[in-house]
Amino acid sequence: MSNVLFDVPGPKARLRHRILAVVGVLGVVGIIGFIGYRFYDSGQFEPQMWEWLQYTTIQEQLGERVLATLKAFALGAVCAMAFGAVLAAGKLSDHAFWRGPATFIVEVFRAIPLLIMIFFFYFGLPAIDIKMSQFTAVVLGLTLYNGSVLAEVFRAGIMSLPRGQTEAAYALGMRKTQVMTLILLPQALRVMLPTIVSQLVVLLKDTALGFIINYKELLDYAKYLGGQGQFGRPLVPVTLVVAAIYVTMCLLLTWLAVTLEKRNRRNKKVKGTNADTKALDDVAIPAASQSM
Amino acid sequence: MSLLSTYSGLFLSAFATTIKLFVLSAIGSLILGTFLAMLRVSPVPVFRAAGATYVTLVRNTPLTLVFFFFTFAYPLLQIVKIDYVTGAVVALTMYTSAFICEVVRSGINTVPVGQAEASRALGLTFTQMLGSVVLPQALRSVVPPLVSTMIALLKNTTVSAGFSVGDAGAIQASLSEDGANMLVGLSWVAFFFIVLVLPLTFLQRSLEKRWSVAR
Repeated sequence: MSNVLFDVPGPKARLRHRILAVVGVLGVVGIIGFIGYRFYDSGQFEPQMWEWLQYTTIQEQLGERVLATLKAFALGAVCAMAFGAVLAAGKLSDHAFWRGPATFIVEVFRAIPLLIMIFFFYFGLPAIDIKMSQFTAVVLGLTLYNGSVLAEVFRAGIMSLPRGQTEAAYALGMRKTQVMTLILLPQALRVMLPTIVSQLVVLLKDTALGFIINYKELLDYAKYLGGQGQFGRPLVPVTLVVAAIYVTMCLLLTWLAVTLEKRNRRNKKVKGTNADTKALDDVAIPAASQSM
Repeated sequence: MSLLSTYSGLFLSAFATTIKLFVLSAIGSLILGTFLAMLRVSPVPVFRAAGATYVTLVRNTPLTLVFFFFTFAYPLLQIVKIDYVTGAVVALTMYTSAFICEVVRSGINTVPVGQAEASRALGLTFTQMLGSVVLPQALRSVVPPLVSTMIALLKNTTVSAGFSVGDAGAIQASLSEDGANMLVGLSWVAFFFIVLVLPLTFLQRSLEKRWSVAR
């Protein structure tokens, strides 16, 4: 491993590293052991606490709730991409008439916490007689928020392409729309895919906010199941299982992003723009991490 | 305006709680995040693996679930009793530190290895190398995304409203008890968040601009 902070270790350093490794293993085992002991001591490992997993009805209901989470995610993702594309087109427009409002919308929606937006739709709008279901409020919030973040990602992706591409396309006599759809978008999409997918992971995680306004999703079911007296109120086991489900879903999406990125690298056509991929990362990482 | 003057006490105390949550968990997550980043770049493989596991697990868990754990499940484990505000600070710290770890680590990785090698060749000691060559360069690529993470943390504090903490996200609940106009109330909450976030965004932009020229 070459690292900016450390030299290649000599014999003494290797010995020190081995001792540290032993200490590290002991430390990690100690922490996990303590947590495990607390679980055991407070009776979380009792068979009764995990019995609920065997009931088909509960498995089915759990499956339904996963679907409810995925439904909000899928609709939110599609709408956010569409909204983001429109905003990005506005921000990239040559006319200040479109650029101004698009920039304003992006900045405002990125600055307001997503939960406040969801509250606004679910609790605020009934004051002017617009009532919506929890599902609609969650999806609308996810769309507006992630749409504005994605707009920045799209814009950064298009801007990261070498200027020669646009100039050459204009020189060939293409129109503005043609330049965008035939030249810029196909190249930019490849570069942006990993960033887009990691934003979608954020969106998937944010569906859990629906729990706070009682949207019947996975976390809401965890609370219901955890309060069931007949299973000994298995709140801790349920939380662990639900956490595992969320982590698995997000990791699958992340894995998709990594696979896409690898396929990109193999593709010779985009090799020339690899330097620009880095440039995009520099621009996109602040935008993406702002949205966790 | 009338709503704001009627409920000025509520808004003040709620946003004070938000800022308290933000400052406490910012300090906490900066410390824990830097520590995790140290683990992730350390030459000992066990430390690297431990740091990587933590970051992967936490980054793929919804913040709401972390709050859920600390509010409902954690008290059942009977370790140390914590109140709701402390629970919120712990949840926010654990969650944000994973993101800070990634920011710091990628910042360190942007410094080319040749920089450290050259400073060793010049005879600088380890501290001199870190202090005058590596860290000043790493800092430039760390601070702008770090500010983004902080903005996200500020917005994430609202999640604690769903878990019995009286922060800005909970203004809605108090207003609805009084039957006040929620549309106006929530618009004010949104407005104040924009006011809080804007200076941070400006700071980030100006730092980015200044440093991108210097590099």
